[in-house]
Amino acid sequence: MNLGNNILLDAYHRMKSIREFEERIHVENTTGEIPGFVHLYAGQEAVATGVCLQLRDSDYIGSTHRGHGHSIAKGCDIKAMMLEIYGKKGGLCAGKGGSMHIADFEKGMLGANAIVGGNPPLVIGAALTAKVKGTDGVAVSFSGDGASNQGTTFEAMNMAVVLKLPVVFIFENNGYGEGTGCDYAVGADSIAKRAESFGMPAVSVDGTDFFAVEAAAREAVTRARTGQGPSAIEASAMRFYGHFEGDPQAYRSADELAELRKTGDCLKIFRARVEKDQLVTADALDQIDREVADLIDEAVDKARKADFPTSDDLLTDVYVSY
Amino acid sequence: MSKKTIREALNEALRQEMARDGQVIILGEDVAGGHGGTGVIDAYGGPLGVTKGVIGEFGANRVIDTPISESAIMGAAAGAAATGLRPVAELMFVDFMGVCFDQIFNQAAKFRYMFGGKTKTPMVVRTTIGAGMRTAAQHSQCLYHMFTSVPGLKCVMPSNAYDAKGLLIEAIRDDDPVIFFENKLLYDLACDVPDESYAIPFGEANVVREGGDVTIVAFSRMVHIAEEAAKTLAAEGISVEVIDPRTTSPLDEETILDSVEKTGFLVVVDESAARCGMAADIAGLVVEQAFDALRGPIIQITPPHTPVPFSPPLEDAFIPTAGAVCDAIRKLLK
Repeated sequence: MNLGNNILLDAYHRMKSIREFEERIHVENTTGEIPGFVHLYAGQEAVATGVCLQLRDSDYIGSTHRGHGHSIAKGCDIKAMMLEIYGKKGGLCAGKGGSMHIADFEKGMLGANAIVGGNPPLVIGAALTAKVKGTDGVAVSFSGDGASNQGTTFEAMNMAVVLKLPVVFIFENNGYGEGTGCDYAVGADSIAKRAESFGMPAVSVDGTDFFAVEAAAREAVTRARTGQGPSAIEASAMRFYGHFEGDPQAYRSADELAELRKTGDCLKIFRARVEKDQLVTADALDQIDREVADLIDEAVDKARKADFPTSDDLLTDVYVSY
Repeated sequence: MSKKTIREALNEALRQEMARDGQVIILGEDVAGGHGGTGVIDAYGGPLGVTKGVIGEFGANRVIDTPISESAIMGAAAGAAATGLRPVAELMFVDFMGVCFDQIFNQAAKFRYMFGGKTKTPMVVRTTIGAGMRTAAQHSQCLYHMFTSVPGLKCVMPSNAYDAKGLLIEAIRDDDPVIFFENKLLYDLACDVPDESYAIPFGEANVVREGGDVTIVAFSRMVHIAEEAAKTLAAEGISVEVIDPRTTSPLDEETILDSVEKTGFLVVVDESAARCGMAADIAGLVVEQAFDALRGPIIQITPPHTPVPFSPPLEDAFIPTAGAVCDAIRKLLK
């Protein structure tokens, strides 16, 4: 299926936004103004984008500690995300969540989740809501190769098959769970095959190839939306940065990272493909580059200048009523 | 109004709420039972029979038998609650929280605060507690103290059928995650329960028995131990006030403090834990806020700091008894 010009520009906008957002946080993090842990998604943009392009605001995703990319791809407000990451008033979670807990229910973003394997059980719950209410809603769980080894993930996959839930499990294999390679920690040849053994269709795709991810995701989301139950996709794309910002990454060779930037950059791969096939113009992509750069500048500027929450905010929103 | 057991009262509460609100669903292991077998559906109706017949009335789309996958059950309930349902999930025995606690305390309990107040998580986890059934260390604990210490959760433990119905209805209507602790030994205990629907607000203690000489605060089945002790002591001329907080989070501090102001003596009877349990929590509250009213040490009557034993004489020695409560109070007032 040929994707229209608008869809390709939308995809590029989302991917470029994620990249620029993450590259900028990588720089700003060194100023000491960003509190706590940040885990960057750069390198994996084609996965979040290829999947979220299939979804509506009323569909749900569950994300991981490395959740900025999923949030942006699902349509979360970038300035409000930046405010949240800086722990400021006006942040998407009022400064109470931070990088690892960005959520926006109106956009169907059920939350980044700082527990590896935390989201699959929650996501099948969102899928259960769609099933019980008889809507055609879909829920998507993003997990890494690390979470693919968690029992919660196995439980969620099995229950999704048993209850025939409208859910898609995305396994982003970025090569490492923290500082340990997936070749060591995943005791199977393929995460997709393991998912398949739970009784659902599963495929492996090159996660740096937007078109491959998009096609696989379209099929899986359609399957879910039409009542045919869960699917899984293993999408392989290495992360450009460490497990967390500040990670010296001694477990990776310098050669690996250099090669990755050269041959494993999904944005470069996307651009080369669409320019070669004359699907969109270079000018249109350049225009997006400029827009996104400006947007991220504004987001950082706004976040730096914003106020912190006050001590009054400490005690609010523990409960709806108590 | 008719006599109903706690089991019947809970079943009635579930049916009435499911009839009232189509968003209420039940999920858990064997909440019906029988799927995939060669016998009948609703073979169990809940591991201890509380949800019997509910699937017949509301169907398998709303009474959902799950695999034995506690994390997936708790997570699915939390995810469904955050997206528009009001799930009542069953954790067969509270002891099994060991395999699913993350979904309760890191996920459901945190959503509202961590996401800046933007979401509600109206889920109920029904679970069973309590020693005395010879079910040994992994099927007999109380553990409500552990949930009570987690901000974001509400904790409810009815001691009678009237409270069980009203508190479960309140729990289902509540917009926060509620853990609802049912003592296994109390399921067949009956009292007058209205047929119509009613809700009992959280954070309002029940003064089970009024008295002027000593205050007992007790939870769940221990309320009955306390009442038994109070009756015995009444015959000796000692007037005991028995308070059943009914919910530990929120906790009705005022009723407890007022009572201690009146009596000057406090005994807490708590099956949860010898260390860092509800007894210690209530003692801390009273020492901090009613120190001047105290006329003697606070007595905590709890099981010893051991796992629940299996062998009957050992388990009997483990559980607080009315005799132990009486002895402690006689010594206190001497």
